[in-house]
Amino acid sequence: MTDMKQKSSTAPVPDLVAPTKGRRRRVPALLVILAGAAIVLALTYTLPPFRNYQLATVGAYLCVTAGLTILTGLNGQLSLGHGALMATGAYTLALAQNKWLNLPLSFLLAIVVTTAVGVVIGLAAARLRGPYLAGLTLAVAIVVPSVTSTFDETFNSDQGLSVVLDPPPGTIPMERWQAWLCWAGALVTVSLLVLLVRGRFGRDMRAVRDDETAAKLAGINVARTQVLAFVVSAACAGLSGALFAFLAQSVSPGAFPLTLSLFLVMAIVIGGLGSLVGSLLGALLLVVLPTLSQSIAEQTGSHRLEGNLALVVFGVVLIVVMLAAPGGIASIRFNRFWANTVRRNR
Amino acid sequence: MNEFIYLTFDGLSRGAVYSAFALALVLIWRAARIVNFSQGAMAVAAVYAAYSVTSATGSYWLGFVVAIAFGLVLGVTVERVVMRFVDHSSPLNGVVVALGLVLVIQGVLGILYGNEFRPVQTPFSRDAFEVGGVALLSRYDLFVFAAVGVVVGALTLLFTRTAVGLRMRAAAFAPDVSRLLGVSVGGMLTLGWALAAAVGSLAGMLVVPTELGLHPTAMDVVFISAFTAAVVGGLDSPIGAVVGGLVVGLLLSYVSGYVEPTVAPMAVLLLLVVVLLGKPGGLFSSSKARVA
Repeated sequence: MTDMKQKSSTAPVPDLVAPTKGRRRRVPALLVILAGAAIVLALTYTLPPFRNYQLATVGAYLCVTAGLTILTGLNGQLSLGHGALMATGAYTLALAQNKWLNLPLSFLLAIVVTTAVGVVIGLAAARLRGPYLAGLTLAVAIVVPSVTSTFDETFNSDQGLSVVLDPPPGTIPMERWQAWLCWAGALVTVSLLVLLVRGRFGRDMRAVRDDETAAKLAGINVARTQVLAFVVSAACAGLSGALFAFLAQSVSPGAFPLTLSLFLVMAIVIGGLGSLVGSLLGALLLVVLPTLSQSIAEQTGSHRLEGNLALVVFGVVLIVVMLAAPGGIASIRFNRFWANTVRRNR
Repeated sequence: MNEFIYLTFDGLSRGAVYSAFALALVLIWRAARIVNFSQGAMAVAAVYAAYSVTSATGSYWLGFVVAIAFGLVLGVTVERVVMRFVDHSSPLNGVVVALGLVLVIQGVLGILYGNEFRPVQTPFSRDAFEVGGVALLSRYDLFVFAAVGVVVGALTLLFTRTAVGLRMRAAAFAPDVSRLLGVSVGGMLTLGWALAAAVGSLAGMLVVPTELGLHPTAMDVVFISAFTAAVVGGLDSPIGAVVGGLVVGLLLSYVSGYVEPTVAPMAVLLLLVVVLLGKPGGLFSSSKARVA
């Protein structure tokens, strides 16, 4: 008991790709992403503006949940600090946008700066395990308001900054424009992540997650793999945060509370650790559940239910999923299905 | 110099509370190898219980007793209903379930009491005594020292001098052997959680009046400080938790006093990073903390 050999995977965690399917599965992934783009495009023309805004929010969430699912699901590192990384991206976008008013440049800067922060935290994270890593990243999540009020000439304390935006090109309504940009970001992120985890790097990460010693013996640089996984997921969080700043047209510490980081963990756990389908499910839940609990709160007329009901529902679902199906929703069917096909093919 | 003395006493008084809270973390870590990330939320729930009782009856001490009792019951409930069923093959699982508990507790408290800050009364004055023009300690600080001292003493006696303490240590150290020898390992685990939650509730009662006030997330930052204290001391070492708590309290006090209060959380983060990178097992740890 005292000697904690900390392995990070439990029940069979679904891999992003069923390994034996190999080459044949590569083309469908591209098709899935193109189909996704087509569906989003069609939706933006049919949905009313508010639903378009929610659709955009799902896309923005998908960036960070996809990155986090790589880090936690494939590499076994739990981060509670991704809310703070999102804040980094959001504040960078706001500052750059207010200075140069060049949206592509601002997004690029947001990703670059967050990646740099991710390198610093990742270097520390690679040396830590389990609760130690969780505690360190939790402290990172808590520190956001204190940073913004310490450097309040730059970040304007609790009030935060507003983001100057050019009007969308042509006659495109704002919400449709937002949905397009957010989903463009999400689809690019997911495509890059799929490429990344199908290659050598993905194998390395899974090897490190399952057995560090064995991975080391097989010649994998464990520390480098872990740092790289953290950096990749940090870049995703930075893009996501920048998209949120773009969506809300403002940033403040109140938009990135500790509960946001906990919600992100919840989203990937419920969706299914290590599965990109799971991260989409998680991103959807992050938008749908609060909306549902909001409407329940309005119906009952109790302002105390507002927000708090979502917390309770999230928490209960998180506990139940963790106790009943540690692989998450995505693992329940798909994993068994793939396991069966693999067995039959042998 | 006067300011330094004042800040030192202030830091020790803050640190005493972190010590108690860190001690609660260490209790559960030693018994179950779980860092209870929901401890802050559990403590807040206990303080809310005390708040209700005190508002209804007007008696601080009745509320105080209720908070401790509530902590004991909550600890037993959490262990029996939730934590017992966590799959321990990965340390991630326990952490994630505890985070789920945080969300549930904070949500329920928000629904029951609302999300505004509520002022909490203290049983003693918080005006500091002055000795030769230097502000030293308040009556409330003395109360904090006394309360934490009693808890540390009682836990030490329990673990080193009683049969129950021996069984608890055995159950944590070698569960299988203990079971063969007739120790109820599950029961000891439940007892450990109950004790830890009660100590956490006490720490919550002591710290909430000195912070902004009562709020569902009031203990988030305190939890980080206490976690840092426990890590500085080494999660396995009760003495380390007490010393770590005092170190963190002093650090926070000096940084708030000499630099700025808003920098304090960053100082805690920095301390945590330095300790974790330098000596991941903590300053008082003897065993190795990580593998490979």
